[in-house]
Amino acid sequence: MTKKYILTFPVDATDRSVTYELIKKFDIRINILKAEIEIGKSGQLLVELEANEEQLERGIKYLKESGIIVSALANKISHDEEKCINCGNCASACFSGALTIKAPDWKLKFDPAKCIICKLCLKSCPLKLFKIEFAEQ
Amino acid sequence: MSKTYEEINDKIKKGTAVVLTAEEVSELAKTLSPKEIAHKVDVVTTGTFGAMCSSGAFVNFGHSNPPIRMERIELNGVQVSGGLAAVDTYIGATDCNPARPAYGGAHLIEDLVNGKDIRLEAWGKGTDCYPRKHIEAVINRNTVNEAIMYNPRNSYQNYNVATNGSDRIIYTYMGTLLPGFRNASYSTSGELSPLLNDPECRTIGLGTRIFLCGTEGYVTWNGTQFHSTKELNGYGLPVSNARTIAVIGNLKEMSTEFLRAAYYEKYGVSLFVGIGVPIPILDEDLAHRVSIRNEQITTSVLDYSDSSRLLGRTTYADLQSGEINVAGKKIRTSPVSSISKAREIAEILKAWIEKGQFLLSAPVKPMPVGTSLNSLKAENENK
Ligand code: SF4
Ligand code: SF4
Repeated sequence: MTKKYILTFPVDATDRSVTYELIKKFDIRINILKAEIEIGKSGQLLVELEANEEQLERGIKYLKESGIIVSALANKISHDEEKCINCGNCASACFSGALTIKAPDWKLKFDPAKCIICKLCLKSCPLKLFKIEFAEQ
Repeated sequence: MSKTYEEINDKIKKGTAVVLTAEEVSELAKTLSPKEIAHKVDVVTTGTFGAMCSSGAFVNFGHSNPPIRMERIELNGVQVSGGLAAVDTYIGATDCNPARPAYGGAHLIEDLVNGKDIRLEAWGKGTDCYPRKHIEAVINRNTVNEAIMYNPRNSYQNYNVATNGSDRIIYTYMGTLLPGFRNASYSTSGELSPLLNDPECRTIGLGTRIFLCGTEGYVTWNGTQFHSTKELNGYGLPVSNARTIAVIGNLKEMSTEFLRAAYYEKYGVSLFVGIGVPIPILDEDLAHRVSIRNEQITTSVLDYSDSSRLLGRTTYADLQSGEINVAGKKIRTSPVSSISKAREIAEILKAWIEKGQFLLSAPVKPMPVGTSLNSLKAENENK
């Protein structure tokens, strides 16, 4: 099977040779579709991984253990900021801390890196402003 | 020293009135005494923007030829009141079609304000004076005669905090409540909240001119479930939901910046209503009241999974810090009404008054005192 993922690298994980490890350890074919990485800074890779399901699962587990945030593409949460009234209902439901609303400005903030795609915000926004979308740009 | 409404209105007309928002006056009160504030400040503006289910609008469609006495009325497939003759209706914010629960009365009201077309279908039995039995038409803000917002219960004085101690997620009008006390939600805007700045309603009564959904509105009566004998904290503020107001205003002049339809998962439709009440600083007592700060306002934390059992008390300072400590538990908190919009409303009302566009009105009739609530006894249960 082939699946697309966005790999987000925190500062301290960027210089590890992920591609090499994935191929060698887990027999996963990796196709880098888009790379935005600078050594010493955090970055993002858009990748296509090809392997059987079990290998994929182990490979992704390995990536996560290395401090990389792995999100399956087609699973990116976004909301219509234009229409948002900053009521806080979504932030109340978001236990991962991706959506927050705080003093002093009490405006909704979204940190996609913390999103675990639990989809609770989709249900919780009374204005139904959230959607799941492709993050490919 | 004391001031009269006339004196304050004269200053407003001259553009010399000193107007502060409830947050600004609370900040000022850290260094000035109530006496100094009464001397310095003329009006304090408040604000709230939350879901208020007991809201709605009267609409008059105009007569057709031949005319119909509408007895059953549907707007975009949502049944609304057919109990007002002949072409009047009341759209209740929570009216809905069970087959399409996410679109209801509040959405109709928002669509009306936005000038959108709405499909009307109505039926009558046909009478000698109203022979027509059925009609289909398209209406919008411009085709209807009057569209008047009238909300029987708004702007609760100090609503409770909701949390969930059970082991399953619950969906409520206070939002999604996660199991195991993983979150708590609150809907009152704390020191900005209208009825917390004049807790005994000395200046709020029938005829008080207010900000309502972007235009001027009026307090028409006490709101339903008006409870004026709740337990008070040391600052003279009720520690749970107490007083309410009924309000009225011209829907055609309102803006969806301050009026928004809402749908709560597994609960239903509601309407976000923006309200701002100006408090005239007539004397030292009122100056003292408006100076109230978040840490001085106490409210009750209830477990919504357990018949709204009281878990304990907290303050708006703690709630707004993002975490409360209740019954030995640390619970993450979030607002479910918009504090940023509440602030915006207080600012707009302040600007209106400063520009001389908005005068204060003294209540024609005061709010009732000594009221408490009856409950409803169900019959034929457990038989
Ligand atoms: S999907 Fe879940 S984790 Fe992501 S933003 Fe929504 S509530 Fe938060
Ligand atoms: S629940 Fe919806 S309207 Fe409210 S803050 Fe979140 S995105 Fe905005």
